[in-house]
Amino acid sequence: MKVKVIVTLKNGVLDPQGKAIQQTLNGMTFDNVSEVRQGKYFDIEVNESDESKAKSQVEEMCKKLLANLVIEDYEIL
Amino acid sequence: MKSSVIIFPGSNCDRDMDVALKKFGFENQMVWHNDAKIPKSDLIVLPGGFSYGDYLRCGSIAGKSKIIKSVIDFANSGGLVLGICNGFQILTETGLLPGILQQNKYLNFICKNVFVKIKNKENKYFKKIKKEVLELHIAHNEGNYFCSNDELKSIEDNDQIAVTYCDHKGNDDEKNNPNGALKNIAGIFNKDKNILGMMPHPERMIDPFLSGEDGSLFFENLIESL
Repeated sequence: MKVKVIVTLKNGVLDPQGKAIQQTLNGMTFDNVSEVRQGKYFDIEVNESDESKAKSQVEEMCKKLLANLVIEDYEIL
Repeated sequence: MKSSVIIFPGSNCDRDMDVALKKFGFENQMVWHNDAKIPKSDLIVLPGGFSYGDYLRCGSIAGKSKIIKSVIDFANSGGLVLGICNGFQILTETGLLPGILQQNKYLNFICKNVFVKIKNKENKYFKKIKKEVLELHIAHNEGNYFCSNDELKSIEDNDQIAVTYCDHKGNDDEKNNPNGALKNIAGIFNKDKNILGMMPHPERMIDPFLSGEDGSLFFENLIESL
């Protein structure tokens, strides 16, 4: 089955790319954009039919590789 | 003294490091990332570059490569492990050093000479260096050191800050911070001071005609201390 993961920077961690995107949007007349935070999205195909087993494996993957927990949070969709 | 430089796909400072180590008397060997074991060494170096194309996060894939387990075992048994630039990023991704190197604050790749202040000489890496400030070279996009407040407190309490960015007089204030690194941190140790990660490249400063000689002081001290 396919498991989807989003990795984002934790609140309070500097995101210079998000800031640059926000400023560009503001410059493109999207004046009402007050913040952009950039993240990563993963589509993971796991050869496992049991949903909870697949998700718990993906959780391990997030902790060990996909996210660096010093600065990032992960969410399994 | 025997040293090993690990080559990852995308390493590009490995040969410079090899030249530097040999110049100052190390018997150096190059070790491929896919090898299972590291030959007997007194020092292991993780060189600069862009291991695995900096995919996912800088150093994250190298931090799970086949050779890394023996690097971790060597480090945990007290062996000297030096990570320069991408090597520093790899060391944080393996968990051997705390924190992480984030993208530079102003989103620019920085390639220039900087001054760094030696903050701790009670270790084999800086023990006999007489100078307090070294001129070294940096070339990175992700050198912005970051860690949590708790980790920072622990790093400071254990004197783990190795070098900080400063001016030629040693003022390590925000004005002399090239990349936004927390507390101007350019390099840190683990608690036992046998592992050092730093962004500046001493191997690029070993020739008075090409660059400068402050890197020579680093390697001269290293071979003497071992």
